[in-house]
Amino acid sequence: MASKTLYSQRDPMLKRDCFEDILEERRNSSDLKYALRCYAPVLYKGVTPCKANMLKNIVLQSDQLHYVINQVSQESGEAPDIIQEEASVILEEMAHRLQISTVRCFAFALSKAFKTLFQHVCVNEEGIQRLQQAIQEHPVVLLPSHRSYMDFLLMSYILYTYDLALPVIAAGMDFMGMKFVGEMLRMSGAFFIRRSFGGDKLYWAVFSEYVKTMLRNGFAPIEFFLEGTRSRTCKSLTPKLGLLNIVIEPFFKGEVFDVNLVPVSISYERILEESLYARELLGVPKPKESTSGLLKARRILSEDYGSIHVYFGQPVSVRSLAQGKVNRSTYNLFPRHIPRKPMEETQSFVNDTAYRIVRLQEDNMVLKPWVLMASLLLQNLEGLELSVLTEQTVWLRGLALSYAAFLDWPDQAPTAKVVSSSLALHRGLACVSGDRVSLVVGEPLGPVTPEEALFNRAVSVLSCASYRNQVLHVFLRPAMLAVAMHTAASSKKSEWPGLYNCFSFLWDMFSNDFILCPGDTVQDFEEACYLLVKTGAVQMPQQDIVMTDIGQPTLSFFNGLLEPFLQGYQVVCRYLCEEASEGLTEKQYIPAVRSFAVKLILAGNLRCYEVLSSDMQKNALAALLRMDAVRKVKVADQVTLIVNKMAVNSIDDILGGKLPTQKALLARL
Amino acid sequence: MASNNNSSDRQRIAQQRLSRIAAHLHKHEDGNSGIIAKECKIDATGSTEENKGTVPRKRQEIMKWNGWGYSDSKFLFNKKGQAEFTGKRYRLSGMTLPSLQDWFENTFGASVKHKSPATPVLNASVVPPPRLNEAFVENLKATGIPFSNEAEDRVFRAHGHCLHEIFALREGKKFERVPDMVVWPNCHNDVVKIVELACKHNVCLIPYGGGTSVTSALECPPEETRCIVSLDTSQMNRILWLDENNLVAHVEAGIIGQDLERLLNESGYCTGHEPDSMEFSSLGGWVATRASGMKKNVYGNIEDLVIHIKAVTPRGVIEKSCQGPRTSTGPDIHHFILGSEGTLGVVTEVTMKIRPIPEYQKYGSVVFPKFEAGVACLREVAKQRCAPASIRLMDNKQFHFGHALKPQVSSIFTHFVEGLKKFYITKLKGFDPHQLVVATLLFEGDRERVLQHEKQVYDIAATFGGLAAGEDNGQRGYLLTFVIAYLRDLGMDYCVVAESFETSVPWDRVLDLCQNVKERIIRECKERGVQFQPLTSCRVTQTYDSGACIYFYFAFNYRGLADPVHTYEQVEHAAREEILANGGSLSHHHGVGKLRKEWMKDSISNVGVGMLKSVKEYVDPENIFGNRNLL
Repeated sequence: MASKTLYSQRDPMLKRDCFEDILEERRNSSDLKYALRCYAPVLYKGVTPCKANMLKNIVLQSDQLHYVINQVSQESGEAPDIIQEEASVILEEMAHRLQISTVRCFAFALSKAFKTLFQHVCVNEEGIQRLQQAIQEHPVVLLPSHRSYMDFLLMSYILYTYDLALPVIAAGMDFMGMKFVGEMLRMSGAFFIRRSFGGDKLYWAVFSEYVKTMLRNGFAPIEFFLEGTRSRTCKSLTPKLGLLNIVIEPFFKGEVFDVNLVPVSISYERILEESLYARELLGVPKPKESTSGLLKARRILSEDYGSIHVYFGQPVSVRSLAQGKVNRSTYNLFPRHIPRKPMEETQSFVNDTAYRIVRLQEDNMVLKPWVLMASLLLQNLEGLELSVLTEQTVWLRGLALSYAAFLDWPDQAPTAKVVSSSLALHRGLACVSGDRVSLVVGEPLGPVTPEEALFNRAVSVLSCASYRNQVLHVFLRPAMLAVAMHTAASSKKSEWPGLYNCFSFLWDMFSNDFILCPGDTVQDFEEACYLLVKTGAVQMPQQDIVMTDIGQPTLSFFNGLLEPFLQGYQVVCRYLCEEASEGLTEKQYIPAVRSFAVKLILAGNLRCYEVLSSDMQKNALAALLRMDAVRKVKVADQVTLIVNKMAVNSIDDILGGKLPTQKALLARL
Repeated sequence: MASNNNSSDRQRIAQQRLSRIAAHLHKHEDGNSGIIAKECKIDATGSTEENKGTVPRKRQEIMKWNGWGYSDSKFLFNKKGQAEFTGKRYRLSGMTLPSLQDWFENTFGASVKHKSPATPVLNASVVPPPRLNEAFVENLKATGIPFSNEAEDRVFRAHGHCLHEIFALREGKKFERVPDMVVWPNCHNDVVKIVELACKHNVCLIPYGGGTSVTSALECPPEETRCIVSLDTSQMNRILWLDENNLVAHVEAGIIGQDLERLLNESGYCTGHEPDSMEFSSLGGWVATRASGMKKNVYGNIEDLVIHIKAVTPRGVIEKSCQGPRTSTGPDIHHFILGSEGTLGVVTEVTMKIRPIPEYQKYGSVVFPKFEAGVACLREVAKQRCAPASIRLMDNKQFHFGHALKPQVSSIFTHFVEGLKKFYITKLKGFDPHQLVVATLLFEGDRERVLQHEKQVYDIAATFGGLAAGEDNGQRGYLLTFVIAYLRDLGMDYCVVAESFETSVPWDRVLDLCQNVKERIIRECKERGVQFQPLTSCRVTQTYDSGACIYFYFAFNYRGLADPVHTYEQVEHAAREEILANGGSLSHHHGVGKLRKEWMKDSISNVGVGMLKSVKEYVDPENIFGNRNLL
C-alpha cells in the first residue's frame, strides 16, 4: 500500500497538501498562555508515558545489553560489574530527560524568536493528521531534512503546537559542549550520540538498545536526520544508514508489527547559517558550538528570514516496503538478543529505503522564486538586465512546474513584484544597479590581495549556489541527459544506446553529489527522456533522441546548470594527474586542490568558483575512489591516495566532452 | 503401583476415572463392552457383522453430515433468544446459556435475526456419479470386505472439518470430486488385501480415520482420474492385547479416542493421550498427523507414546522386529510413518504405552493481570519442569468467551459468590477486566503429590502476580475446547465464519508472535472489506523446555461479503505467513495436509523435501495413496 505511495510520488502530477501558517495565531494571542496550555497528546496504542529513569533501567536490564557486557568482559578481562557500570555511564551521557516544563519554556521563547525572524511558519495540516493517526497505530520515526540548527527545535515546536507526542531526537555530541543549552536540549527530548564509535561494541550496544527500547515500546516518536549532518550546500546529502538500521531491525525481528517512517521536508526561504556555510566550505573551520557563539548569533535576530515551510510526508510503512524484498524468517535461526551484522538482503533494503526517503524529502521541499533566479544568475556571473532576468524567471517557472517542482509562487502578485521582493529579501546576495542585476561581492575593507577578492567572490557564488542547489533535484535527470546529448552532438551520435552510456557515466560520477537511488539508472534515464519529450525539448524518432527547435533554451539552461559540477570534477582530475605528488595524503588533498584551483582562477584559466567548495572536492574524490581511479592506502597513521593517472585522465576527457567509447567504459568496469 | 492393586481396587479406580472422563466430556454410560481380544475373522461371512465401537459404518446415522459431532447435540438460540445446547451427551446438554447471545452479538456485530441456515439434506444431484473400477470391485466382492458407493457414504468421507469444507456442505455446493466408493476393512489382513487389489488395478486409496482433519487432508485431488476408494478404518477398533508387565497395549488403529480410553479404563489403565478431538479422532489418524494431547506433560505426545507401528504400504507391510523401548538402528522408521498423512500407506495396528489411571485429578485456574505476566509464568513453570498434566493460558478474549458459556446459575448463593469473586479480582486487586487473562490447570497423580504440585505451581504464579481463581474456571476452560466446534456451527447459522490454527514457537517470541498475528488478521480483514471487527484470540496450550504451542481462534461476521470463504482463506494464508515470519512453525499438531503444502519447501529445505519424495517414490511409486498431502 505504502510502497505504491512511495513510487507514485514520482508521478509528476502528484497532489500536495495545503499549508497553514502557525505563526498567525501566535501573533494574535498570548504566547504565555500558549506555553502553559494543556498538553495531552495521543500515544501509541495508549501506552502510559515512560519516565526517563524507567527507560534507562529497561535498557540496562535488557538481554541484549547483558550479552554484550559479558562479551566485552570476557575479551577485556574486566569484571562484568565494571563494564555494567561503564554502560550505565554511557547511558547517562546519552539519555534524554524530556520534561514538559522545559518544552514549555522553549515554546515560549521560540514563539518570540520565530515571530521576529520569520514572516510565516507554514505546516501542512493534513500531514499532521496523518502523523497523529500513524502515532497511534505503529512506532513512528520522524525523518526531517537537515539544513539548519533550527530544524529539531522547530520540529518539537510544531508537534507541541499540534498536541502531538514530542519526539526524542538523536543529536550529535558536539551540542553537549554547550553547557547550559546542551542540558536544555536534553530536557526537551534530545539524546546525544558520539560522532564516531565504530569499534566500541559497548557503546554501540547501549546506543542501539536505547533507541530500540524507545521504539518497541512506542514511548515517543524517534527523530533523527538521515543525512547525518546539516547540509551546507542545501543539496540533500547521501543518507547515513546506522540509525535507520537500528530502527528497522525490530520489525525484521518481529518485535513490532510495523514501523512508520515519516519524511519531513523543512524548507527555509533564507537559511540562518547562509554565509557561515559558504565560509565553512571554503575552508574556514566550523566554529565549535558554544553558548556564547549562539548568543552572538543574536545579531541575526534583526534580519528578515522570510518563511519556513514544513511538509510532513505520507508515512511509509516498512512492512509494505519490505514485502517480497526481505525474508523475515531468516531471522528465526539466531537468538534475537545477540547483535549481528545485518544480512546483505537487509543492508541493501535499508540502503534503498534511505535513498527513497531522502527523495521523498526532496520532492516536498518548497521552492521559492529566488531559487530560480539564483540558478539564472549563476549562469550569468557578469550580471543580467532586470527585464531579462524577469523574463527568464517566468520561463523557468513554467519549466519547473511542468517538472512537478513544489514551487511557492505568490498567486496574485505581478511577476515584477515577485522578482523585486525576492531581490529585496536576498539583498545580501544580489544587487540591482541601474537595471542590471548581479551578485554582491562582499565590500572590500581597505586594500585587498587578489586572493582575498577571489575569496569574497567565492563566498557570494557559493551562497547563491546553495539556492540553485535546492532546485537541482527537479532538473537533475533531464539535465544529465542534456549534458549527454551535448557531448554526443560534438561526436554526431544521437542514438540512445550511446546516450545512455554517457548518461549512466554521469549518473555514476555524480552519485555522491546528488540523490540517485542505487540501481535506478535505467529508470532515471527513462524519466529524463520522458520529461524532455513532455516539455517538447526533444523528440524520439525510433532509436534517436533529437533536440527540437524549441528545445534549445531548455537544453542550454540544463547544460549551464551542471557546468560547475563538470568543471569542478575536471579540475580535481587535472590536479590529480598534473600536480599531485607521490605521497599525497588524504589530509593534504583538500587544501591542495583548493590552492591549485585558486592558481587557475587567478591566472584566468578557470571561471568556476564552486570547485573551491570542500563539499565538491570530497564528492569528486569519493567518486574517483568508487571508480577505482584512486585508491586509499594506509601507511602508518596516514592515509595516502594512490592515483591511477590513466584512469583519472580518461575520466577527465569524458567530462570534458569526449564521448566515452564502449572500450573505455568496459575498461573502467 | 499397579502391581499393588488388586482387581477390585482397579475396578473402583476405573469407575472413578470413567466418571471423570464423563464429567468433562460425556454423559452417556454404556461402557459394557469389555476388551475382547478376538481375531479378525477371515471367512467372508463373519466380516459383514459390525464391530461394537461408537462409530457405525453409516456414520451419518449418529453424526451430522454437514457439521461437527453428534446429530443430537447442537447449540441454538431458542425462541426467547437464549442459547441452549441440545441433547444429553455433554455437561452443557439441556442447559441454557443466558450470556451467550449478548457476547455473540457484541463480539461479532451479529444478530440472532440474521440467520444463514444450512441446506437440511444432502441433494444427491450435487454428487458426481461414482467412477468405479469394475475389476477392482469384482475382486473386492470376492474378499467379502464390506463396501458402499452410496452418495451419503461417499460425501461423508470427502471432507474434513476445514471451514471451506463445512461451508460448502451447508450451502449445498456441487462437489468436484468425492471418493467413488468406501470400504470398511475389519482387520489388518483386510487392509493388506485391499492395498494389494488397489495396486493390481491402479486404484487410488485414501485412508479415513476419524474425519477430523482441518488441513484439507481428506479432500480428493480434483485432478485424480482413477477410481478413488476411501478406506474407512472405523471398524478396526479392538484392543488386541494388553501387557501389564510392560505397560503397553496393542490396538487396532481405527479405534477412536473415547473408545480407547473407555476400554482401557475398564482395566484400570489409560493412555493419557487426549487431543481436543479425542471424541472422534482415531489412533491411526494421530500417528499419521503427529498428534498432540492436552496432557502431554505427563504422558507425552503421540511420538513418545508409540512403541510399535504396523502399516500396510504398496511395497508391503512395514514394522519393527521388537518392542525395545529405544533403539539405535539408523533413522527411526517410525518417523517415516508418523506425520506421513496417509501418503505412504495405512497404519493398521499400534502398540502404545499405557499408564494406570491416576488416583487423583484436580482442576485449577490462575488469573493474571495481563497476558505478558501469564506467559512469563508459563515460561517459568516450563523452566522448572513442573508443568501440571495440562497448563493453558487463555487470552482476555477467550476468557470472556469462556464466561459467555456459563450456564444459568441455579442458586442465588452461587450468583453471590461469583459476584464476590469478580469484585475481589477487579476492584480489590485492581485487575483490568479487559486485560486479565486466565491460566487453566489440570493436575494428576496421587493425592498428596497433586496437592504438593499444586502449591508449587500456585507459588510460581504468585510471583508473576497471579491469583488462584478456583477449580470451576479451570474446568470451564477445558469444556470450551470440546464444544468449540459445535459453537462454530452455531456461528455459521448466523453469518459468522470461524476457524482455529496452531503453531509452535520459541519462548522469547511467544508474545511478539501472538500480537503480530492478531494484528495481521485484523489488518487483512479490514483490507479485504470485512465490515465488522474480527475476533482474534489465542491461547498458549502446551509448554516445552524451549518453547510453546500457540492456538489461535479467528472468526468474523461475513455479512456484506460476496465470497466469505475466499476472504477467510486469504486472511488465514496471511496469518500463516505472519506466523512463519515471526519464528513460528508450520504446524504443531494439525499437520500439513494440502492446506499448508506450499510452505513445506521453506520449512524443511529442498533437501528435506527431496528426502521425503524419495521415500514416497520407493514406497508408493504408483501413487496408490494418492491424497497428495504434504508434498
